[in-house]
Amino acid sequence: MKSDIKKLGQDCKWQELTEGMQIYGEMTSLEFNTGEWTSVKPEIKEELCVHCLLCVPVCPDSVIPVVDGKRGEFDYDHCKGCGICVKACHTGAITMKGVK
Amino acid sequence: MARKDRLSGNEAVAEALRQINPDVMAAFPITPSTEIPQYFSKLVANGQVDSEFIPVESEHSAMSAVIGSQSAGARSVTATSSAGLALMWEELYLAASNRLPCVLTLVNRALSGPININCDHSDSMGARDAGWIQIYAENNQEVYDNLVMAYRIGEHKDVMLPVMICQDGFITSHAVENIELLEDKKVKDFVGEYEPENYLLNPECSMAVGPYSVSNYYFEAKRAQAEALKNAKQVTLDVAKEFAQISGREYGLFEEYKMDDAELAVVIIGSAAGTTKDAVDELRAQGKKVGLIKIRLFRPFPASEIAEALKGVKAVALMDRTESYNDNCGPIGAEVTTALYRAKSDCLSVNYVYGLGGRDVRVKDMIGIFNELEKIAESGEVTDPYRYMGVRE
Repeated sequence: MKSDIKKLGQDCKWQELTEGMQIYGEMTSLEFNTGEWTSVKPEIKEELCVHCLLCVPVCPDSVIPVVDGKRGEFDYDHCKGCGICVKACHTGAITMKGVK
Repeated sequence: MARKDRLSGNEAVAEALRQINPDVMAAFPITPSTEIPQYFSKLVANGQVDSEFIPVESEHSAMSAVIGSQSAGARSVTATSSAGLALMWEELYLAASNRLPCVLTLVNRALSGPININCDHSDSMGARDAGWIQIYAENNQEVYDNLVMAYRIGEHKDVMLPVMICQDGFITSHAVENIELLEDKKVKDFVGEYEPENYLLNPECSMAVGPYSVSNYYFEAKRAQAEALKNAKQVTLDVAKEFAQISGREYGLFEEYKMDDAELAVVIIGSAAGTTKDAVDELRAQGKKVGLIKIRLFRPFPASEIAEALKGVKAVALMDRTESYNDNCGPIGAEVTTALYRAKSDCLSVNYVYGLGGRDVRVKDMIGIFNELEKIAESGEVTDPYRYMGVRE
């Protein structure tokens, strides 16, 4: 492997970059916390959630995990705060500042 | 045994490609390079190569397909001319920045408008800063030889960049010349198998090609790419040295023709170099100290080497087969003048635009250039440093 991408950081020199900025290895996007991009996050009120799972497929970042047929807590490391899940929720369980 | 054959420049390309047997060709026809994919698709249909031929709907798609297949790990090639290259513009930069050593066999043709199908260098010269290695040929033999060397240069681990092999539209692409071809086995052994360290179809290591690079990375990425292009100069010389061992034909970054004691010189690219050699011979017979530098490798540019070769020259004509529309200089004019300035040379330089849209270049035209150089050397002045040769006025 030409370079270990874990070594890459904002202080690295041009000599240390991978050839053509190629990324080697799988599922490396997990290491990139795109959740930092947003200032607003959706929140879930557990008592209102009926686990219909309609919020799961509409999430463009796949940050709503499903375990044993029930939705889990948001993966805030990768949630960009688009608010689509708020729109998909018909029980009012998901809320986010600025989204009705 | 090497064999002699009479081939046009386009046939020479097809013959070299048959011997190289690349994995993929994606191409769209455009005059005067149409014959290249035409001949090659015939080789594919006849089973003379193992290549996959992708008949795409445009040159934009041709270059995109080549980038895709090269990323996947397949040795890839395309051919085009003029507007076809212009339509590839966006992808040319991607092939280079993604460090994909594909090959483009370009048949130089004027860019529209006015629309014209004949030779000048406006297409490849426009793409000179796209990050590709550019190698130009004077004749059909060089077209063949340059193509046989192309993948070895681009695929070198210190380079990993795409290579553009250029020849003059119709002048070499359609003119038939006697050339010497290497045996198939010699070419195959010389070119070797393409074995990239990383490629998309590698099940051992997944990878992503062309990720977004934010401001914190983009500049460093371009700097690294520039270093790879710089490395291509030495690699081009090393590959040429090895090629000489199998062919007996020697190539450098440029050719020096009767430059040893030359006081007046022409720097030129492409087929007009052959015409200029005749002019040099004629003037040498009259006892005039004239010579020629024919640039082979234009990207990366051998600046310090050309300045060194022009040592002792009193006046030089820099010949551009393209109009740069800047009222200052053409590409060769800019590159060589910069090289001379940095070498603190006192050689006087004059830049000519010539041969646009297939305008003939005759021996007497080039003798005329040397006569002008003689006047410049005598007077020590260049009153009009940006001129035209062969335009009616």
